[in-house]
Amino acid sequence: MISWAGLILVVLLLQNLMLLGTGRVRACIRIAAMQGAILSLLPILSSGGVPTLRETGIAAASAALKGIAFPWLLYRSLRGTGVRREGAPLLSYSASIVAGMAVLGIALWIASRAPLPGATASPLALPAALATMFTGMLLIVTRRTALMQLLGYIVLENGIFAFGFAMEIQAGLLVELGILIDAFLAVLVMGVAIFHIHRAYDAIDVGQLSALTDWDR
Amino acid sequence: MFAAVNIALALVLSPLLLGVINRTKAVVAGRKGQPLLQTYYDLWKLMHKGAAISRTTSWIFIAGPATGAAAAFTAALFMPCGTVPAVFSFQGDLIVFAYLFGLARFFTILAALDTGSAFEGMGASREAAYSAMAEPALLLALAALAREAGSASLAGIYGQYGAAHWSTSGPTLVLAIAAMFVVLLAENCRIPVDDPTTHLELTMIHEVMVLDHGGVDFAFITWSASLKLWLFGSLIVGIMLPAGATPPESLALRVGGMLGLAVAVGITESMMARLRLVRVPQLLTGAGALALLALMLSFSMR
Amino acid sequence: MALLFVSIALLALSGVPSIVGRGRAPALIAAALAVAGASVGSIPAARALVSGESSSFSHAWQIPFASFSVGLDALSALFLIPIFLLTALSAVYGYSYLRGHGRDGAGASPFFFGILAASMAMVVIARNGMLFLISWEVMALSSFFLVTHDDASERVRRAGITYLVATHIGTAFLLALFALMAMRTGSMEFEQWRGAASLAPSAGALFLLALVGFGTKAGFMPMHVWLPEAHPAAPSHVSAVMSGVMIKTGIYGLMRMLSLWGAPAEWWGWTLIAVGAVSGVMGVLSALAQHELKALLAYHSVENIGIIALGLGLGLVGVSRGMPAVAALALGGALLHVINHAVFKGLLFLGAGAVIRAAGTGEIDRLGGLIKRMPRTAASFLVGSAAISGLPPLNGFVSEFLIYLAAFALLGAPGATVFSAMPGLAVIASLALIGGLAAACFAKAFGTIFLGEPRSDAASSSTEPPLAMRAPMTILAAGCIAIGLGAPLVPRMLAPAVNSFTAGAIDASALAGAVPILTMLVAASAALIAVAAAALIVRRRLLSGREVKRTVTWDCGYAAPTTRMQYTASSFAQPLTSAFGALLRVRSHAEGVDGLFPEKGSFSSHARDFSREDVFEPLFATVASWLARFRVIQHGNVHLYILYIAVALISLLAWSFGGR
Repeated sequence: MISWAGLILVVLLLQNLMLLGTGRVRACIRIAAMQGAILSLLPILSSGGVPTLRETGIAAASAALKGIAFPWLLYRSLRGTGVRREGAPLLSYSASIVAGMAVLGIALWIASRAPLPGATASPLALPAALATMFTGMLLIVTRRTALMQLLGYIVLENGIFAFGFAMEIQAGLLVELGILIDAFLAVLVMGVAIFHIHRAYDAIDVGQLSALTDWDR
Repeated sequence: MFAAVNIALALVLSPLLLGVINRTKAVVAGRKGQPLLQTYYDLWKLMHKGAAISRTTSWIFIAGPATGAAAAFTAALFMPCGTVPAVFSFQGDLIVFAYLFGLARFFTILAALDTGSAFEGMGASREAAYSAMAEPALLLALAALAREAGSASLAGIYGQYGAAHWSTSGPTLVLAIAAMFVVLLAENCRIPVDDPTTHLELTMIHEVMVLDHGGVDFAFITWSASLKLWLFGSLIVGIMLPAGATPPESLALRVGGMLGLAVAVGITESMMARLRLVRVPQLLTGAGALALLALMLSFSMR
Repeated sequence: MALLFVSIALLALSGVPSIVGRGRAPALIAAALAVAGASVGSIPAARALVSGESSSFSHAWQIPFASFSVGLDALSALFLIPIFLLTALSAVYGYSYLRGHGRDGAGASPFFFGILAASMAMVVIARNGMLFLISWEVMALSSFFLVTHDDASERVRRAGITYLVATHIGTAFLLALFALMAMRTGSMEFEQWRGAASLAPSAGALFLLALVGFGTKAGFMPMHVWLPEAHPAAPSHVSAVMSGVMIKTGIYGLMRMLSLWGAPAEWWGWTLIAVGAVSGVMGVLSALAQHELKALLAYHSVENIGIIALGLGLGLVGVSRGMPAVAALALGGALLHVINHAVFKGLLFLGAGAVIRAAGTGEIDRLGGLIKRMPRTAASFLVGSAAISGLPPLNGFVSEFLIYLAAFALLGAPGATVFSAMPGLAVIASLALIGGLAAACFAKAFGTIFLGEPRSDAASSSTEPPLAMRAPMTILAAGCIAIGLGAPLVPRMLAPAVNSFTAGAIDASALAGAVPILTMLVAASAALIAVAAAALIVRRRLLSGREVKRTVTWDCGYAAPTTRMQYTASSFAQPLTSAFGALLRVRSHAEGVDGLFPEKGSFSSHARDFSREDVFEPLFATVASWLARFRVIQHGNVHLYILYIAVALISLLAWSFGGR
């Protein structure tokens, strides 16, 4: 039988591909938010028994933050800048999908090489977590607009959450909460930064920031 | 005996699919639409016409439609239907199945180039490009199914599917079906890849390749196109529906499933706009990625 | 063995009459001798291929480390057969082709052609490292002289130099490899090298040396740079031999070494699969972007070598994991593809020669409509195009099918994990992509050259070549069909060669399991042909008694079509070259039209060869600038040079005595 956890992990992988394959910023925000929200449910759904109050609380907080707060903040800065889509990414969308499959292959390889203790929730958990982290990095590296890079950080954070789930670290939930708050602050700060970049350069292409350099090239 | 019925059903009923798709689109759009049997009327009319053949063309122009029809017919001999076996069945027959369509496409493209028309060259060029990109998606999806079934033959895959597979390897099957559905739309010139009803030659793919064909040649082309739709549809329907316990049951399920699939294609076409041509590779790459994911999951989920 | 010696001697000497005498008769005798030599040689080769028996002959030799040891086993025989077949047919073709050129000094070409044929045969049967290298070098030099046949042209001389440099870089790696083997085993005899790699601590390094050394000759990416230069420059029948069989000696060398070393490491297989996937996909993509017919065919050689490498690599994975079905099917597929590629690539190069001779150009976009003027050449070329695209029911499909079967067997192996199945997955994905792209590329080539209307005056005045050029093409086309329809007989032919390669490490009888499958495949092919024939009969019936008008092409109502409005090869390939633009790096230059009465516009595109323009040229430039420092010792003064020699001798003497 397929477990709920397995199903969620497959959806996670599909969402990674969708993030890599589209340039519409609005859609990407939605996908990343859904990814975060679904992931928050993962520990509860896989625990089998009745979840404790503490688990439920953390899951609800995390789901609210990722599913509602992040997208709300991002949509706001999106409205402020008026950017609809990532124009010409450094890596084309088709190539990004291929790269996404490649990092999934690497993730599977690493997972097969380093069977970490406790990774029993689902054989797919570790590779999916790693692939999500790599996807986040890919987005950060290959996208030009600051908003998409910010989304990359969020996806990276989702990957870390899934990693914690894969490792079944009980205390991990607390650590995760810490990271989550960090990410929340980062989103806030970056949102403000994006607004200012936009005001200064009339674009949110981070490549333009290189104009700030001190020396002449 | 039932094998013969299986092939006969494919040969006879496949033009009906085009009618069902068109009727679905009409109903969704609030039109009355053409008769369900329109494709049959067209075929009948075409078979009783003369021909007008360009002086530029050679024997390739005539060989193209005939080869296409022969390849589609031969591919039909490979397609089992639940408990009804196919005429040809062996390990790796799914590769032959896929490559037969490659042969048909090769000759269709050459027949288009044979006319020397810029428009047909354009269609041929797009057909060659998109089908080359769809090929890995199709073979990887078939490989995922082969892996699930533990057999690299269509009979092994389609002879034993049932609810049991769905409960153990649902994600693999869903992803493989999604990949194959995209391939079906691309290979059978459907929206969002190609619009079969468009009126501007510049935007066509398949229709523009056969502009110069008429009469019985065009009848071959229309009929092999609908047969191709039937066969690609069978790849999907064969997994979505159980194999059936007895041959008549299998055949009935297949026919019902195919009609359902035609409705699904019609609804998809009604809901989507055609993609810009430069975006099609992205769609096909996505289908390839889904197929690859399906194949990878077929290992990890066990 | 004796027959083989006679054959090689005949081949080597076949060109002598054409140097001694002038005119028609010596050239005819030369071709006849080559055919005779090849026919004599193919008797023992065929016998060894079928029976799997091996024979050998050894004789001492004065040259240090060398001995005249030769041997014939099924693996050698499998490579000998295409060598003999293609040299015989190309000799006949070349007789007529060179006469058409009508150039002084044409006499040297048959001479070197004979030497090349003999040296290829020697490479394949040599069983001593020194003898192998000598034959290898003779092969490289004789083919160099054949490539530079037309040495009045700057382009040809450049191509010749590129080839010479590339082949010697490869040879340098082989020298290192053979020297290491000789140091380790104390002998240059291949027999003494058996199992040496398993003893050696650095077997991996030896494998990599062999991969680069032999891969340069075979044309693996990124060492393929000489192929697209040399083939357009060489006369067509020479290209046919070089591309059809000479590059396969690289595959042979690699397989011979692997067969000696025994149990391969699994990563060797992975490496070969990676090399094969890159060569295959990049080769066919580069071919799509070419404008010149023979350059296109040259890149397709890279692609097909890639397919062979995929099969070989999968076979090594199978051998190292002890999976006989995977190993036997993949190796069988790779070996069959060696033969198949010789047949259809030989055919295509000969066809290209016929086109170039008739129309005076190999620029695809200046041709068109040749099917009406050269119907037989067109029919042969069509068969070759369909075969190289891997379409059923022709031979190219059979070999790719065997490799596919092996990959599916690897995927379906019990207990396979996603990681262990990765080679099979890579092979399926690459083969599928290569197949679709190759079909697109040959639809482009055949469609633009032979179909539609002529795009230049030369193309519209071309005529069918003479019988001596047509017959070899027809024979090769028949070969494509025969291997395709005789597929069930193939495993029996291949099994001894697979056995001799794996030296019994795996059971090649697994290959026999493919016989019923291939029988069914041929039955399906027969059904295909029958249905196509039936469709044509139905068509004739339906059209009889009805009006069949001949008219102009419907160009969407446009009233004055010109031939220049046709789709060109470049425009045909554009969707693919732009979709894969990141890999191909096509440079295009366009001058648009503007104004109410626009004047000339222009468009040109050029596909960069990544490894040539971004790897080797910068590398060579760096080396050259570094070496330029040593120019200070070059004064052109003879006394100074004698002083150098004296100093060198004295210091060597001092070193050798001082070392005691």
